[in-house]
Amino acid sequence: MDAIRESEPTPMKSRTTVERKSERELVVTRTINGPPRIVFEAWTTPELFKRWWVPKSAGVNLLSCDMDVRGGGKYRLVFGADASNSMEFFGRYIEVTPHSRIVWTNDEGDEGGAITTVTFEEKGAQTLLVIHDLYPSKEALDAALASGSVECMPETLEQLDELVVTLSVGRS
Amino acid sequence: MVQYTNARLDASFAALSDATRRGVLEQLGRSDASITDLAEKFHMTLTGMKKHVGVLEHAGLVTTEKVGRVRTCKLGLRRLEEEAAWIERYRELWDSRFDELDKVVEELKLKLKPKEKVDGRNKRE
Repeated sequence: MDAIRESEPTPMKSRTTVERKSERELVVTRTINGPPRIVFEAWTTPELFKRWWVPKSAGVNLLSCDMDVRGGGKYRLVFGADASNSMEFFGRYIEVTPHSRIVWTNDEGDEGGAITTVTFEEKGAQTLLVIHDLYPSKEALDAALASGSVECMPETLEQLDELVVTLSVGRS
Repeated sequence: MVQYTNARLDASFAALSDATRRGVLEQLGRSDASITDLAEKFHMTLTGMKKHVGVLEHAGLVTTEKVGRVRTCKLGLRRLEEEAAWIERYRELWDSRFDELDKVVEELKLKLKPKEKVDGRNKRE
């Protein structure tokens, strides 16, 4: 019991933080070792974006990646293990300000999706990335957290499902 | 499964959205307490504290047990563990993403400055 109470998340463990800032907001931060100009390029060039958005450890591939990165432009990402077992994420860019800010919609869900804002903040030779998801309602964020539709990998979800099942069987 | 998980997470996040309830959880993390103790500690009426504890109990964050006339509250850690696990997995996903992004950025820096030594401490004009 005591061990569990003391096992608070250790902020020093990783440079990536995730926090639910409010009922409608989820915020991810991380400092990247390069200036905003370059980080922005890696974010907005499809060939480069493809290389990092789906980490190798996730075990899924980005099958296709269409990005028209400009205000009003659309994007569509398809990923999965293969074509018959894939997930699509799509929406449009509301604002694209080179080297500093991108705002886009997440339209794949049935109901109102989040508006995502990523800012690229210069910190010396590095860039502080802040990814801010604003949901239309508390319920929408709760549902997204539960369903994993917040950019989550299918594998991650399966693991979560297994974990939840294990925990509930063990405790209920 | 999604609906099941959804309802549970929903109740937990709702419970955690209130400062008093978070305070109650923190308090119960130190020691079990009766509703009367908690009401005093948080300068609330018994009825008010009962409501808060009810929300926490509904979310599975707290369990209560009545012995005689005293209802004792203790932490029910199940839901907290689930949420912490969710957040941690989400963080891990972004962390691996950013590790890959760092590699891409490193490559771009070398490509853009082929004749300069790039060591993360670029001279600024």
